Order: sequence, then structure tokens, then C-alpha cells
Amino acid sequence: MAIWLTKDSKVIVQGITGSEGSKHTRRMLAAGTNVVGGTNPRKAGTTVDFDGTSLPVFATVGEAIKETGADVTVIFVPPAGTKSAVIEAIDAEIPLAVVITEGVPVQDSAAFWAYNLDRGQKTRIIGPNCPGIASPGASNAGIIPADITPAGRIGLVSKSGTLTYQMMYELRDIGFSTCVGIGGDPIIGTTHIDALKAFQDDPDTDAIVMIGEIGGDAEERAAEFIKANVTKPVVGYIAGFTAPPGKTMGHAGAIISGSAGTADAKKAALEAVGVKVGKTPSETARLMREVMS
Amino acid sequence: MDLFEYQGRDLFERHGLPVLGGGVAETPQEARAIAERLGGKVVVKAQVKVGGRGKAGGVKLADGADEAEARATDILGMDIKGHTVHKVMLAETADIKEEYYFSYLLDRANRTFLCIASVAGGMEIETVAEEQPDRVAKIAIDASKGVDEAKAREIVAAAQYPAEVTEQIVDIAVKLWQAFVAEDATLVEVNPLAKVGDGRVLLLDAKITLDENASFRHPDHEALVDQSAVDPLEQAAKAKNLNYVKLDGEVGIIGNGAGLVMSTLDVVAYAGERHGGVKPANFLDIGGGASAQVMANGLEIVLGDPAVKSVFVNVFGGITACDAVANGIIQALALLAERGESVTKPLVVRLDGNNAEEGRAILDGANNPLVQRVDTMDGAAERAAELAAAGK
Repeated sequence: MAIWLTKDSKVIVQGITGSEGSKHTRRMLAAGTNVVGGTNPRKAGTTVDFDGTSLPVFATVGEAIKETGADVTVIFVPPAGTKSAVIEAIDAEIPLAVVITEGVPVQDSAAFWAYNLDRGQKTRIIGPNCPGIASPGASNAGIIPADITPAGRIGLVSKSGTLTYQMMYELRDIGFSTCVGIGGDPIIGTTHIDALKAFQDDPDTDAIVMIGEIGGDAEERAAEFIKANVTKPVVGYIAGFTAPPGKTMGHAGAIISGSAGTADAKKAALEAVGVKVGKTPSETARLMREVMS
Repeated sequence: MDLFEYQGRDLFERHGLPVLGGGVAETPQEARAIAERLGGKVVVKAQVKVGGRGKAGGVKLADGADEAEARATDILGMDIKGHTVHKVMLAETADIKEEYYFSYLLDRANRTFLCIASVAGGMEIETVAEEQPDRVAKIAIDASKGVDEAKAREIVAAAQYPAEVTEQIVDIAVKLWQAFVAEDATLVEVNPLAKVGDGRVLLLDAKITLDENASFRHPDHEALVDQSAVDPLEQAAKAKNLNYVKLDGEVGIIGNGAGLVMSTLDVVAYAGERHGGVKPANFLDIGGGASAQVMANGLEIVLGDPAVKSVFVNVFGGITACDAVANGIIQALALLAERGESVTKPLVVRLDGNNAEEGRAILDGANNPLVQRVDTMDGAAERAAELAAAGK
């Protein structure tokens, strides 16, 4: 088992005919993901061929669900169209929407998040600006390389993409239940806390790696949550100890504003609740190895 | 992107918000012309994106054009907390009776927006918030509903603004929200929002941050970028679509993925502590793809920084396999040689992940004396720091 994404998940791709959408659909299929179709209103009724797998293109997410029983959508729509793509997914009440798109205006993310709340939160949104979610050996929704690690019993939640891959690679001999990239934007649909809660409740996860970075106070709030709710061991890593204040480091949300959002503050908050925090990715992997031994 | 006060004033004016007349000058002569246009007493204010300019002597009153020119001469070129003053704003003066505080901002924790409003403006709002929290109202704003008249009345009541300014501030709150949305701002802060002698409420200062992710729907925002503050290397990188931030160390950094690059900066800084205190020279994320072309562009930018003594290329092959990245590095060096760039600084390359073995073999086979292969992130950082220290 895993969290949110299993071998039974039926995945569609919004933007399946675009260059990113088609490239990653092919990769998801190769990873064994049950991709059942995609959407593009201008190409509805056609099919797309992926190395012998022919997938139907629908006009809307609603139609795709009706025809295929899809319960996960992966969104590769460019920034200008992302808000309406997510709202379409929410309207269709799909249980999981993974928003890969980078560069979404924060007012658009705030708008689709508010819309989801108004509609009773029937859709779990992951992202935007995230690598997606992978349950190794079962299913892969997004752009996380599928062959880094086999299945195992570590859960991973991270704001970063390649840093996630690095950690999966370092601990590939132990393996992962699910790896969730929640994204580096200021407003995101799924938080560290959501993932921690799900991993705590997942019988197939024994320990959790949590990767954060400078900006905001999500890691501090996660620390409070861990103290009150998480009994499984958690190992942490924070990127950006040496980042200067006031400069955005790649991710729109990765910025130290005044004295808020520093890596030191996040590390201190996590350590105060018993989370072991590595200074580097390799030290973090070592700490997890000790936990799992 | 943070705006200067004068840009904020102009933006407010464009959105029909009550501000004082003003203009911006880069020379004392321009300041004189604006003062003549405004007439009477004016205030001359240093335009810097840092607080505390008043205390530093960056805000002066002037009676007439002669004095305005003299004050502008004093202030232009001043250094305020490391920021050189290149521009002054001249504005009409106001007979301030009361100073309030008003802002809209992004609330990351609650995934929405927030209004902070207080009758106690004009001073450090953080201090007021700490010592008299009941005088600072924080009102959550539903992103799907925004601020209409009813919401504005709720804000005004919570902030306990005096009854005689209620109607004016309700109007300001609605228009300011419209401006916030229309411009894709993540912060608009007005301090002070002032009641002046004739009873009007005016926005006397502006601190505005615009969302750069939204620039695709605001072509006019490009003109607001302060070119004098943009590092030439950052500008060159932007022209090549590279995500580059100039830092002040000696080890050039190239990596793929924002998180991994941030982490690389940390690991290099730790290693630098053991090697003469060398630090990362930049942040450069070449993205998941990492083609030869992009690698060449990245290397060109990083090697163009005279402070750089060694370069650490840290790539985790995820979607892009390491053999492609290794070929990219070799081709990039050849490309640079073709462009006439003489590459003399050592490169430490760490490849891990997808097809790492093949990638490493390609680097070894190329046998380029400048390229050193180290297979762990920590070890490579150590080597890059050591080389930078030796090159200092």
C-alpha cells in the first residue's frame, strides 16, 4: 500500500497532447502507471498512441471520468491556463489533482484553492510547481523518475524535485512507500502536514523523511503537528542555510523575508520536537539509515 | 519584484486612490523642475528599497525650488544601509493630523490573503503588534470573494478607525483591493494612511511587491524593473532564460533543480569553512533538462564572473540521464572554446543517478585536464572549495 496513489489508481493527463504532457505520459506508462486517457478540448474524440498504447482524448475532465473511471489527474497545462484546468478538475470532483506546472501566479493558486474549499474539498490538490507523487512499483503521477528506488517502507515529503530524487537514490536499498513532491510555491494544495498525517496513518510506512527549504513557516507548523500527532520516526532536511535574505532562490516561495523563513529557525523548530535534522542530504540519509536499522 | 515608493504612488494614482502630487528625479535639476511644478513646500525623499531612510537623513523638507534642488543634491548619491540613492521623489507636503496603517498581503500559512489594519500607523507596526496587539487588526480575506463594501466595513470596524474617516477608508479599502488584484500584487502596504488638516485621508507611502510569475499578463511591469540594481551577470543570465542569482563567493555553482542547488550552496559553504572561508559565488539552476546548449550558457555566465575560482557542477540525473549531461559538459566546453572563451578555471563535476556510470566514463574518456570527477556531493564540494581556495 501507499498514500494517495496506488496500483489501482486510474490516471488522466490534462494537456496530454502538449510536449511535456505527452513526454511524461509515455514515462508514466513505462513505469506501469495505469494511464487511461487525457484531455484537450480541441482534440476531443481522437486518440494518442504511446509506444503501442492508444489513449483516448476527452474534452473535459468530467467526460474522462465518466468514460474511464479516472480518479487522478496530472496537469501539464501552461501557467496562463492552469487555474481553469484545476477548477475544471475540482468541478469534476476528481479525488486527486497533481499540478506540475511551474510559474503559476500566486493569485491564481489562491483562487483555485478557495474554489476547492467552497466546493467542500472533494479534490486533493498537490502542487503547483511540483514533481508529483510516486508510489514505487505501483504508480507514478508526475515527473519523478520511476526507476530511482524500489518499493519500501520510508515515506518522503519534499518541497523540491531533484533533492527528492537525491534522497530516494541515497536510500534506494531501503526503498519508499510513497514520495510526494509538494512544490516550492508560496501557496500549495497539499502541505507537509497533510503528508505527515497520511504517512502516520499508512500501515506500510515505518518512518518519514521530510525535506523543506527556506521561506514561509510550513516546516515550523509541521514541527508542531509532529509533536502532537506523529509517533513514527521523522528525519528532516532543510535546504538554504547559506541563502541570503531577500533573494528568491529558484522556487517562488524560497525567499527569506527579513528574519522570517530562515533554515536555522526551521531546523531549530524540528529539533525541538525530536526530529533529527541532517546538515547535508548524505547526513540526512545516514540518520534515516540509523532509524531503519 | 519590490517597487520604489514613487512607482507605488503612481500605481495608486492610476487606480484612483487619493495620493499627493509628486514626481521622481535623478538629478538636482530635475528635482528643481518638479518642485516648481508642485509649488510651495515639498518633501524630498530618497528612493531606496530599505527601511529607516528617515533616520539616515534621506527625507528632508524643502521650501521652494531652490531648497528642493539643494536637498536633492544632498540626498542623491547617499548610502543608506548599503543602498546608493539614485533617485529622489518629490511630493507635496501634508498637514498630517493622524497616521494609520493599512496593508493587504499574501498569507502563506492559510493559503489566502490577509488585511492588516491599525489606527496606530506611522511607526514600526511590528512593535505595535507586539506591545499592543489589540490595536492591530488582522482580517482574513476569502480569495474567491475579495473585498467589497461590506468586507471593507468589517475591516474598518475591526481596525477601529475613527468614525469621521470611515467612509473614506471603506472606499480606499475597496479600491486598494482592486489594485492588488489587477496588478497581481502579493503585498501592498500603506504606512502612513494619513488624515490631513482638511479632513481628507491620503495614502502617503507605498510598499508594493508584484508577483513575477504573473508577468506574462502584465507586459507593463517590465518597465518597473530597477535596471541600476540588476547585476550584469543576472541580466545576462535572464536574457538566456537561466535562473541565476549572484552571490559573493568564489565557487561557481551549476546544478539542476532549485532545491538541489540550494543544498549545493550549503554543502559548499560548509566545505569552505575548512578551506580559507571560500563561499558559493552564485545560485544557478539549469533545470531538469540540462542540454549541452543550456550547460554551455550556464558555464559561460558562471565563468564570466571574475570572482569565480572554481566551478562545481552538481547534477542528479533524473529524467535526463547522466551520459547526456556528461556529453553536455564536454560539448559545452568545446562550444565555449569555439566562441573564443578561454576556459582556465577548474571544473569539479559530480554526476549521480540515472546512467551515472556511463556519464562518468564519458568524462574520463574526454580527458580534459580542467575537468575533475568526484562522485559524491560532499566530496565534490570539498574539492571545489579546495581548488577555489588555492586559486584565490
